[in-house]
Amino acid sequence: MSNSKRFSAVNGVPPKVQLTEATSSAVPPKSANVPGEQEPPVDETQSGNLVLFLIAVVAPLATLFFLWQGFLFLRDGQAPKIVTAIVAIVWGVGGVAAIFAVANWLVEQLTPPVRSRVQPYLFVGPALLLLLWYLAIPAGRTFYLSLYDSNSQHFVGLANYVDAFTERFMLAAFRNNLLWLIFGAGASVGLGLLIAELADRSSFERVAKSIIFMPLAISMVGASVIWNFIYAVRAPGDPQIGLLNAIVVAFGGQPQAWTALLQPWNNLFLIAIMVWLQTGFAMVLFSAAIKGIPAEVLEAARTDGANERQVFQYMIVPMIRGTIVTVSTTIVIFTLKIFDIVIVMTGGQFNTDVIATQFYRQYFTNRNFGLGSAIAIVLLVAVIPVMIYNLRQFRNQEAF
Amino acid sequence: MTTLFESKEPRRARARGNLWVNGTLAVICLLWLVPTIGLLVSSFRTREDVLNTGWWTVLPHRAWETVRESPLPTGLNPDGMMTIEGVQGTFTDFRNGVVTPTGTRVLWVGNKRLGTIQVQARQWVTNAHFTLENYRDVLTGKQYQIRQPDGSIQTEQGADLSNAFLNSLVVTIPATVIPILLAAFAAYAFAWMRFPGRRPFFVLVVALLVVPLQIALVPILRDYQRLQMTGTFLGVWLAHTGFGLPLATYLLYNYISTLPRDLLESAFIDGAGHWTIFMRLILPLSVPALASFAIFQFLWVWNDYLVALIFIGSKPEVQVLTMRLADLIGSRGNDWQLLTAGAFISMILPLMVFFALQRYFVQGLLAGSVKG
Repeated sequence: MSNSKRFSAVNGVPPKVQLTEATSSAVPPKSANVPGEQEPPVDETQSGNLVLFLIAVVAPLATLFFLWQGFLFLRDGQAPKIVTAIVAIVWGVGGVAAIFAVANWLVEQLTPPVRSRVQPYLFVGPALLLLLWYLAIPAGRTFYLSLYDSNSQHFVGLANYVDAFTERFMLAAFRNNLLWLIFGAGASVGLGLLIAELADRSSFERVAKSIIFMPLAISMVGASVIWNFIYAVRAPGDPQIGLLNAIVVAFGGQPQAWTALLQPWNNLFLIAIMVWLQTGFAMVLFSAAIKGIPAEVLEAARTDGANERQVFQYMIVPMIRGTIVTVSTTIVIFTLKIFDIVIVMTGGQFNTDVIATQFYRQYFTNRNFGLGSAIAIVLLVAVIPVMIYNLRQFRNQEAF
Repeated sequence: MTTLFESKEPRRARARGNLWVNGTLAVICLLWLVPTIGLLVSSFRTREDVLNTGWWTVLPHRAWETVRESPLPTGLNPDGMMTIEGVQGTFTDFRNGVVTPTGTRVLWVGNKRLGTIQVQARQWVTNAHFTLENYRDVLTGKQYQIRQPDGSIQTEQGADLSNAFLNSLVVTIPATVIPILLAAFAAYAFAWMRFPGRRPFFVLVVALLVVPLQIALVPILRDYQRLQMTGTFLGVWLAHTGFGLPLATYLLYNYISTLPRDLLESAFIDGAGHWTIFMRLILPLSVPALASFAIFQFLWVWNDYLVALIFIGSKPEVQVLTMRLADLIGSRGNDWQLLTAGAFISMILPLMVFFALQRYFVQGLLAGSVKG
């Protein structure tokens, strides 16, 4: 910013001279040919231009070279682990900042009208490029792959989609995902609402909310260890080290392998893990919404003789309906993509596969690229209603 | 802990202290806490204790404790009825323990020929022997030896989670900062710059908010294989950046676009350019929103398993914690003393971040979901 002001705003005339046609980021020279202008002298200006030009070419190249060296060092380097770690962090974070800074410096050497046209794209460009590369274009590429056979060699039309909806293992995956949606998403939302309301009326609200909320910070892999331990089973007669079987045995029952037996209900023991993780999310949002209801409204209902349950059912729930819809949608999307818990707990054995694990299995284990891609597209299609809803909401927003 | 968690009393003071409400909530909280407590306690117990008794036995409880041990009395017929310590029973009975009228229990330990007799009494006991060995074993990659119940020595390779911990940091920090930086620039441009394509670009951001990342794994992996980027930190950073960008841009736009217009206009009048305004004004003012998303993204990346699994692959020297832990579950699934310690190591940092910055986290959740 300051540089460009210095170069072009001196006499208000945008410099026209281009140093060379080859550089896309042509550097505007200091204006020196205006009559009456004393400084700087002509030759100094020209050398200044030359220096500036050299900097404009060398600086980005040096930046790129430096970043490339860093990349090679990280990829092939044999330095001690801790050194590599620090270099990696500095390189990654600093590299992105450096690219922005250098690019912006170049843009600011342009004349103001050009600059104001280019600068917005400098700001949105990197984000946009990554969005296109990592999400938008892959959607198309995956769809394309889904129309080809397992090796991506021959066009097969919609055959992969027919497989995706008729193969037995796929139907089992859809059924299990349905169980996850009904019981997992249902319980998370229901319990979240219940706990939010209970906490609102209890005398230890903050502590209770923190406890329910805490599992949100735990990874699904970590949670799987925690719950695997709870479900652990030992031979009958041996002391049970899993909490659930210990309780069952204490009441005179037989120890069970919870995640393996009683198909398809063994899915419920995996679903419990998600409920444990996600209820806190629902609770926090519901709690904020409940606190947003004007106290007078509820007070009026109570004065009119409504009991607490009626207040909850006929006042609070309808008034936070918007939040309930949002939370349910978010959790449903999350549940559709559930992967970690299943793959870590059972690896999809004992009839516990879901859509996302089948995607992984078809793609990365069976190398059936066509079917794998088709399953991914099915996941995408499942969220399209939400996407349309979001876009519609956005269009209704004023003044974008 | 947070302002959002403080209730706007006194409007519900009337209903407070309700026994039913408090009781139900307390039970639910206990249910929610018990799994984590079990993990934490187990991770500090010795291998033998973890594998032979439940973690809850560290609490005082009534159990049979041996008060006297003696060799087998001579002249017993192990195949018929026997009388030991004044009680009668078969070998099977004594193996399971026979309770005497005085409340003690007689137990045959060992086989029929070579065994000992234990006289046990029911006493209050705790199994509270704690150790840090599990953490040592799971953190280092060195070999260590464990004594098996039958007395033999078994050599085990440590799980080397400290290396994975470092990798997790290397993956998570840039994968949190880079998307924030890119998204903040983009959000600023969407909010305060006018340029052709602004609206369609933002529509794209909104549309991509809910796109499942499964859709991208395969094409991106192909690109990475072509660019030799699989198993590099750069590849994982960029992947997490790409997948996190829609939400980041959306959240930050919502925040940055509500900053007072006057402030920016006066800065423009003072001659500041977009870069200066962004660096000096917008970034400092957006700290709450940046922090919210940072926590979000940090937890997401730290806890991620799928993206790491696909883009890092099987190179052990770059594997992150979640992958090493998942491997441990597969390969050492019954070594609970290791798994619990490993799981706790993977949880410690996110839990610290979570408790320290809970307020920002909650704000981020509210901004991200209620509006989206």
